[in-house]
Amino acid sequence: MNTKEILEKAKPIIADKLGINEDEVLESKHFINDLGADSLALVDIIMSLEEVFSMEIPEEDSEKIQTVGQMVEYIANHVK
Amino acid sequence: MESIESCLDFSGKVVLVTGSSQGIGAVIALEFAKRKAVTVLNFPTEKEQAAAEAVLSEVKTFSPSSISVQADVRSASSVESMIQTVVKQFGKLDILVNNAGITRDQLLIRMSDAEWQSVIDINLSGTFQCARFAIKEMMKKRFGRIINISSIIGMSGNAGQANYSASKAGIIGLTKTIAREYGSRNITANCIAPGYIQTNMTDQLSQELKEAFLEKVYIKRFGLPLDIAHAALFLASDLAGYITGQVMVVDGGLSL
Repeated sequence: MNTKEILEKAKPIIADKLGINEDEVLESKHFINDLGADSLALVDIIMSLEEVFSMEIPEEDSEKIQTVGQMVEYIANHVK
Repeated sequence: MESIESCLDFSGKVVLVTGSSQGIGAVIALEFAKRKAVTVLNFPTEKEQAAAEAVLSEVKTFSPSSISVQADVRSASSVESMIQTVVKQFGKLDILVNNAGITRDQLLIRMSDAEWQSVIDINLSGTFQCARFAIKEMMKKRFGRIINISSIIGMSGNAGQANYSASKAGIIGLTKTIAREYGSRNITANCIAPGYIQTNMTDQLSQELKEAFLEKVYIKRFGLPLDIAHAALFLASDLAGYITGQVMVVDGGLSL
């Protein structure tokens, strides 16, 4: 799966968890500063993405993921 | 406006009651089943299986799809697999009643490590384990009701119950934190603090002690498991959707 496909699959999930429109979910956006996520929302998003992409994102890695782009890239590099 | 009766109809809801092969837990489970909730009973070991099956057969007369699941609440993997069983079978978990609990009474200076730890492990850590795996599922549905059975002893302390009182006080703090962390996901968490309730646990007390208790109960009778079940039904219902992080004392006035 390439990053574009991952983004398309992740968009509705991220939008739903944050109560925003899908078109606001851009790779450049910072989850907390731009999209209004709090720490719980971020965990919520990560849990859902882990399920959808059948993967696990360890705590120490998830702490480094701050933007939508970083999230998509992480998934692209780790999904089997 | 919805009627109070319809708020207490739990059709379509899935409830898990830990430690429900006997005592207060069995009665709570039965009351939910009577109001049409899909009810999941839980018991810790094979030793309690027969008792759980007996409760289940009664539960099923009201709510036929109900099940019982063996799980040791102290064990993360055991609890995780129990919650997965529930979600696989019913698609969700709406209501969790953390009821499983034990006593190992002893004066503090004589209390063994094992007596201390076993009570903390089941009462407090068990509540933590069940809550965390349940909340993951509740978050997905943006709905959840967590009802933790504490005790008035958690607020007042009690001679001979250092372990029990600490575990029950711990449950109150845990509940308030859950209320803060997951309120934004429409998950409420509350405690029920029973007073003296007639069960096997309290039948073991001496006649003298029982009478001393009764003297202080303003509603002149011992509490029944049903009194606790009624509080649980209320806290789980839509009637209590704006109540979270609270301790509901159900003790006939004993702690006044």
